[in-house]
Amino acid sequence: MALYSEKVMDHFEHPRNVGKMEDASGIGEVGNAKCGDIMRMYIKVENDIITDVKFNTFGCGSAIASSSMATEMIKGKPVSEALELSNKAVIEALDGLPVQKIHCSVLAEEAVKAAVKDYYDKNGIEYDHELFKEGNCEACHLD
Amino acid sequence: MRVYADNAATTKLSPVAKQAMLPYFDEIYGNPSTLYTLGQEAAEHLLACRTEIANLIGAADPKEITFTSGGSEADNQAIVSAAMNGARKGKKHLISTKFEHHAVLHTLEKLKKQGFEVTLLDVHENGVVTVEDVAAAIREDTALVTIMFANNEIGTIQPIREIGALCREKGVTFHTDAVQAVGHVPVNVQEMNIDMLSVSAHKFHGPRGVGFLYAKKGIPLTNIIEGGAQERGKRAGTENTPAIAGMAAALREAVDNMDSNMEKVTKMREILINGLQTIPHSHLNGDRNKRVPGTVNFCFEGIEGESLLLMLDRRGISASSGSACTSGSLDPSHVLLALGLPHEVAHGSLRLSFNEYNTEEEMTYIVENVKEVVEYLRNMSPVWDELEKGERPHLI
Repeated sequence: MALYSEKVMDHFEHPRNVGKMEDASGIGEVGNAKCGDIMRMYIKVENDIITDVKFNTFGCGSAIASSSMATEMIKGKPVSEALELSNKAVIEALDGLPVQKIHCSVLAEEAVKAAVKDYYDKNGIEYDHELFKEGNCEACHLD
Repeated sequence: MRVYADNAATTKLSPVAKQAMLPYFDEIYGNPSTLYTLGQEAAEHLLACRTEIANLIGAADPKEITFTSGGSEADNQAIVSAAMNGARKGKKHLISTKFEHHAVLHTLEKLKKQGFEVTLLDVHENGVVTVEDVAAAIREDTALVTIMFANNEIGTIQPIREIGALCREKGVTFHTDAVQAVGHVPVNVQEMNIDMLSVSAHKFHGPRGVGFLYAKKGIPLTNIIEGGAQERGKRAGTENTPAIAGMAAALREAVDNMDSNMEKVTKMREILINGLQTIPHSHLNGDRNKRVPGTVNFCFEGIEGESLLLMLDRRGISASSGSACTSGSLDPSHVLLALGLPHEVAHGSLRLSFNEYNTEEEMTYIVENVKEVVEYLRNMSPVWDELEKGERPHLI
């Protein structure tokens, strides 16, 4: 059996929404280069709807695929719905990830949340701080 | 194009070795430990293989060769034996390097728990241990110095002959894990002052699951596998005659063609190194010259190794990486870290290992594709973005 599902390989080889965004409403970056994974997520919000998403990822195949899938899943959705995106949903949409790669999906979830938080902060929008617990790279045991 | 560039992991069986193995499956299939003609015939062939192998590595006596299941078993047995021999004389200090294969490092770790003291030498930025470092580490109670002949990840060759001479002078047993060297570069245990040497057949186009341990006459071995009296009672289990015959044939072929293979493979290596060095912020790992002909290891800043491997695989190239994502652990390769490379750089490593079965055209193909893939992944990488903007300092 191959390491990755066809879905993962498809999103890895043909990642959706790759790139930077000059006029982003919010930018979130999570991960650590020392651990070998960094995701940067850009969102454009208009009337509380995420109208565009872009991402940049430094990481393994599943990190790239997870980012790509997450952008597809939140594009066109209300901000509040994007906040509900779970790493489990990303894994399911990718038809599964190997156990040692689960943290890649966690990073994707955290990247989306970080981008939304940035958007809230920049626009003075009140939010429940409980929603954004200090994102610490679970997979990483380094400083 | 399909390019197999992971020969340090394993190699394709040579047709000569394959032919040599075949009679042992259904013609000379007797158990060498039996008395009847069929068994004795197998025993004679086994001795012929042992003699051939002893000659090919410059051993004085076929009895100095113990067949094993491969390099890992040979490493285990060599180190445990030397440690036990030392312990009997009250010597419980073992010396090795930081970038050994895990078969060596984990065995040393096990011995440490049993009360041995282990010194792991630095391998410096160029991946080469110095004789001076070894000399400084040797103590009155040193039982063993074990230093690999050539590193499996970066291919650097160690000053084996000189370390061997030093150990002889100090009366310390010297073992070398020569899995990546035998069959690729000249190895002669007597000329190089080697007391113990581990070899694996499948690194030089022999079959998998077989190797041997050379132990100079007079060095008692400790059993790792208990049982019957095979291998002079030092390694139990019915001898794997087809594999042993395949190993002997493969080694004979490798040694016979060594000069021309080394010339051909070194030429390919130069194409690869010169080509990959044109990629900005790339770094050749390990000494430029003190290396086996067929192993090249590079780091590319701003990208991660596993995605690089996956993309190369889609383009028909099989290679390997020392990134954490491919090692199954969270840390990148201990070899690259031992060279002093930062974690973020070590994650972006690529090992290409090739031999006389490869071609110069393949090297050009690899260079072209690595260039494209590195550029593609860098364009996607937030780390590269920061490096280019000067928000993060370039490390290589």
